[in-house]
Amino acid sequence: MDMTPSNLMPKLTARGVNVFYDDAHALKQVDLDIRAHEVTALIGPSGCGKSTFLRCLNRMNDLIEICRVDGDIRLDGEDIYDPAVDLVYLRARIGMVFQKPNPFPKSIYDNVAYGPKIHGLARSRADMDEIVVSSLERAGLWDEVKDRLEAPATGLSGGQQQRLCIARAIAVRPEVILMDEPCSALDPIATARIEALIDELKQNFTIVIVTHSMQQAARVSQRTAFFHLGNLVEVGDTDTVFTRPVDPRTESYISGRIG
Amino acid sequence: MNDRAEHISKAFDEELRQLDNRLAEMGGMVEAQLAGAVEALRRGNTELAEQVVARDKDIDALDIEIDLFSVRLVALRQPVAADLRTIFAAIRISSDLERIGDMAKNIAKRTMVVSRFPPLATTASIASMARVVQTMIKQVLDAWTARDTEAAADIFARDAEVDQHYASLFRELLTYMMEDPRNIGPCTHLLFVAKNLERVGDHTTNIAEQIDYAVLGTRSAERETHDPTNTLVPEAENR
Repeated sequence: MDMTPSNLMPKLTARGVNVFYDDAHALKQVDLDIRAHEVTALIGPSGCGKSTFLRCLNRMNDLIEICRVDGDIRLDGEDIYDPAVDLVYLRARIGMVFQKPNPFPKSIYDNVAYGPKIHGLARSRADMDEIVVSSLERAGLWDEVKDRLEAPATGLSGGQQQRLCIARAIAVRPEVILMDEPCSALDPIATARIEALIDELKQNFTIVIVTHSMQQAARVSQRTAFFHLGNLVEVGDTDTVFTRPVDPRTESYISGRIG
Repeated sequence: MNDRAEHISKAFDEELRQLDNRLAEMGGMVEAQLAGAVEALRRGNTELAEQVVARDKDIDALDIEIDLFSVRLVALRQPVAADLRTIFAAIRISSDLERIGDMAKNIAKRTMVVSRFPPLATTASIASMARVVQTMIKQVLDAWTARDTEAAADIFARDAEVDQHYASLFRELLTYMMEDPRNIGPCTHLLFVAKNLERVGDHTTNIAEQIDYAVLGTRSAERETHDPTNTLVPEAENR
């Protein structure tokens, strides 16, 4: 691996991040680095702040009126909360895949082509075809849909729809992909496919995934961050967090204990 | 278990308790086997020796049972952190106990041969070496039950004592053999008995290491065993 300083610099850095929903203090003073070309898993019980943190990373919380975000979040050293930042451009650099697959009510082809079209990434139809094919290939969906690209995306199975959403996310060539429980609506086989895909995608993208499945975090991530009651309790190599966690709260949570 | 909070799944807590109980049971059986083997040797009691040999299969069966039970726990509960380390430590401890059982059985088998010869004074030295080893086993089993890493550390110091006993027995037996070639037969067997006890000490320190692993998650590199007899040259020319 290339160990030049630029590769050692974290892709995303969060410093002193606090989030409030009205008076509720949802995220408290979080400092976290997200390393490039790694999968970082955010785990913790419901309401711990992990999804809130994820949504800070591409300013999805801006959409929630009562939500206030304090602190400093940088992508490659640039402040993403700078008023001068173009949100559409930011979300092209930091894509997102949601819990429930949410394809547009369009054809499979158009679902993938939509993003590149609005960002003007294709100069010709041939260009666009190339983007659609390579995105579907990278998402591991090409062989299953190549003969029905004009069919409605909603006719695909849940697992296929989720891979289509991943294809749609990577079609605009993001640098970071945020995933919010991407497998929670999928069966074990479809889940395994997505997990294998996540592992491949990390070569080209930086991935942050929120998951309720600790086994999933253990399987797909290199780094794991444990959140509890709005605090980032512990972050470390996934191996270490699952075999020798430092904080007793982490130990209790991952081993299914009360307390 | 211990000072940790209970699992949300009570059944898992119960299974971990069962694992501990089976291991404690196995430990007790191994202690009894070793005591029986040493007693048989000391008294030349071949009947007792035969019983020890016959009972070894019970220990083997328990080792397999603990092994399968642990595999089942890993498959069904997907344990992590201290739970995972405890289960792996239990598997390794069980296999060390099984080996100690084999050592006891081997001592008993050799007793049947040695008892045909006139008694040698060395059996007293062997009995005192065995006492140290037996104390170690008892200590390490207690330390495991209490997950007491300080008590486990004590075991390593004891093992050095065992090694000294072994070295001195080695010299003693060589002396007997050089004095009278008719002693070579029984003395060779007794030498193996002493070596068996020395290895029981090693297995006991392995168990002590597993206590560290289960509690702290640390694994030390292979510990240096100080067996000075590895390089000992009999000084026949002095005789």
